[in-house]
Amino acid sequence: MFYFTLKRLFWAVPTLLLIITIAFFLMRIAPGGPFSKERPVAPEILANINKVYHLDESLPEQYVRYLGNILQGDLGPSYKYKDFTVNELIGLGFPVSAQIGGIAILLALLIGVSLGILAALRQNTPTDYTVMTVAMFGITIPTFVTAPFMTLVFGVLLKWLPIGWDDDNWTSLIMPIIALSLPQIAIIARLMRGSMIEVLRSNYVRTARAKGLSERLAILRHSLKPAMVPVLSYIGPAVAGIITGSIIIEQTFNIPGIGRHFVQGALNRDYPMVMGVTILYGALIVFFNLVVDIIYGFLDPKVRYD
Amino acid sequence: MKKLFNWSALALASAIAMGAASANAQQVLHRGLGAEPETLDVQLSTGVSEAYIATDMFEGLVTYGPKAETVPGVAERWSISADGTVYTFYLRANAKWSNGDPVTAHDFVYSFQRLANPATAAEYAWITDPILNNEEIRTGAEKDISKLGVKAIDDRTLQITLKASTPYFLASLQHHASWPVHKATVEKYGNQWTKPENSVSNGAYMIVEWIPQSRIVLKKNPHFHAANTVKIDTVYYYPIESQAEEFKRYQAGELHVTYDIPSDQMDFIKKNLASEARISEYFGTYYYGINMDKAPLGQQAKLRHALSLAIDRNIITEKVTKQGQVPAYGWVPPGVPGYQQQQLDYAKMTQAEREAMAKKLYAEAGYGPQKVLKVEILFNTSEQHKLIAVAIQAMWKKVLGVETTITNQEWKVYLDSRDQGTYQVARAGWIGDYLDAENFLSMFASNAGKANNVRYKNPKFDELLKKAAVTQDAKQRNLLLQQAEKIFLDDLPLIPIFFYVTKAMVKPNVQGWQDNVQGFHLTRYLSLK
Repeated sequence: MFYFTLKRLFWAVPTLLLIITIAFFLMRIAPGGPFSKERPVAPEILANINKVYHLDESLPEQYVRYLGNILQGDLGPSYKYKDFTVNELIGLGFPVSAQIGGIAILLALLIGVSLGILAALRQNTPTDYTVMTVAMFGITIPTFVTAPFMTLVFGVLLKWLPIGWDDDNWTSLIMPIIALSLPQIAIIARLMRGSMIEVLRSNYVRTARAKGLSERLAILRHSLKPAMVPVLSYIGPAVAGIITGSIIIEQTFNIPGIGRHFVQGALNRDYPMVMGVTILYGALIVFFNLVVDIIYGFLDPKVRYD
Repeated sequence: MKKLFNWSALALASAIAMGAASANAQQVLHRGLGAEPETLDVQLSTGVSEAYIATDMFEGLVTYGPKAETVPGVAERWSISADGTVYTFYLRANAKWSNGDPVTAHDFVYSFQRLANPATAAEYAWITDPILNNEEIRTGAEKDISKLGVKAIDDRTLQITLKASTPYFLASLQHHASWPVHKATVEKYGNQWTKPENSVSNGAYMIVEWIPQSRIVLKKNPHFHAANTVKIDTVYYYPIESQAEEFKRYQAGELHVTYDIPSDQMDFIKKNLASEARISEYFGTYYYGINMDKAPLGQQAKLRHALSLAIDRNIITEKVTKQGQVPAYGWVPPGVPGYQQQQLDYAKMTQAEREAMAKKLYAEAGYGPQKVLKVEILFNTSEQHKLIAVAIQAMWKKVLGVETTITNQEWKVYLDSRDQGTYQVARAGWIGDYLDAENFLSMFASNAGKANNVRYKNPKFDELLKKAAVTQDAKQRNLLLQQAEKIFLDDLPLIPIFFYVTKAMVKPNVQGWQDNVQGFHLTRYLSLK
């Protein structure tokens, strides 16, 4: 177990290096630059700006300089938001995204797993159909529809909840958390239902039932854990995605998270910003996949780490 | 997230009392800001959102009045030498920074030098090019920045020497790039000086909180020389990129003033909130630029005019944009003092007459059903630009039979295509930096570099601009600029479509909002009833 973790952490380094390298050079291929504007900046002024940001150096030189900087934990200045470094922007935005995303994913797990079990136990009954139909809607209706719809209904028409994010008013988090968790609830419920049905039909559950175990114990002790495995495989990367924010949720509710930096950073050609969030996302994916693999060991006795 | 001050509690309390605030209560204003500012450093910032914050927080030699007119700022008066090249500004004795330091002529010398200094890498360093040696310093030809024509005679007297008489110089000082920054603060904190905990400013407001992508909170500066006239105590600016969400927050009572109005809500607004929609002429033009290096459009003025004539601008402003935009038949927008707006000859015709003329010119250029003109319209990805392009595509097809393809590109790719000249017709817009025709015309001089995005070259046009640049008499100068615009319109390297409007939703309890062509509404002139 210990060696397994160590080995995985060791492999994370070349993985991240590869991600950094690909992202660094891909970013530069895109036409347009960070400082192109409606009224083009005069060449001599552009030269001044390029010098300040070392963009006058050759690409390999910039790459080496960048690697040197990130080894020291410096992700560089944001080209777009000139008063901030990428470290600052991620430091300000990530906790906000992680808070909202974290609550949303917990909520989604709680509700999604419960609904999935419920549907599996009442397979092919109206309960099952209702849950699965609602889940289908949850998956197919994108957040760019649900989020603005919620702000219209609960913010403008009913005036129950504030629309804009406000760190002093927790009610401003309700709508974004719900909007963010809806599709996750749906996906988790469907996954859970599917795997639960499969487990309930397996030989060891039949044995458990045959030896007279109560249905409750058969489900809670013998079925729940193995049925969680597919959900867990999904949850690992999903958590990384959700706690790094969603541009749609953030723009709709004016949340100062980092989700928008993934998209806006690329559109602005803010190279260091894109690199910064890519590294963060890559590291989180690696981390959560590792966590998931470790948890597998607890859930599924067939999994061994030697 | 760590908070510096608990202003939000204040805001909440006042939001409850919104509209019923008594004269003594704290006045808190909530404004939409459009995009997140790229920087709050006045010398570095360029955009509109940035300008809103800059004009609230800082004050130049001159500043904006309630109708955005040029009014004395830190300078209480000034004198101009007979030849128009030496400006002497007399600074007010009670001008102070938010930390209590006096604002002196030396602060201005520092700030003008900082703007020109290549190490600052300011995009708008060119805006002070009329000043002696500014251009030489920013291009690196002159290494000694103290050679800049800005001198402090004493603490309260500033002398600016120009290369040549420049009638729009005072108007150009309205742009915040030349506004003062607090030297000690900038030198101590470097690029961290704009942060709320470090920032020192000399305008009506000072910054107390900045959460990027969420809000900027400004508080009244007690040291401001006109602080007794400032009614709003605290102003919250919210960068909200989605116009639809901004409008919802306005409807929900979370905002007093919006940054923009979504055009798809116009019908609803006209019916229900007409008195709160403040729409007025703006100093900008929406146009279709034509790549003059590309045949056949670049070579044949008749074709360009035919395409221009075939566009029914009224349909675009009434059915597509819907917000009171004004059909444009000239390039320089209305509103420049003393400048007679120029118009294409066919501005006064009916659309039927224009279409007849379009067909005639199209045939004269050698095109018709046998030889169909193929045009590609390029625009940056946006629903509005697309609707306009589709409408124009249909008009060209209907009137002339032109085969038009429309292509959208993401903003930076689109800018690159324009830069490289790999386009035929590209939509674009320009909002003036200061209220003068020169700001619109000089960008199409043949020596304007990449700013001349249509690659227009006409020696006669250049000559008139050069002449105007050295003409002191304002009337004479405007006449020359008018002639230049006339030539420009005859050549038609771009097709003006409409003049922009400024749009904002303003709650009825907000007082002091005066429509103006530059779209500036400094918070110091506003109050809540």
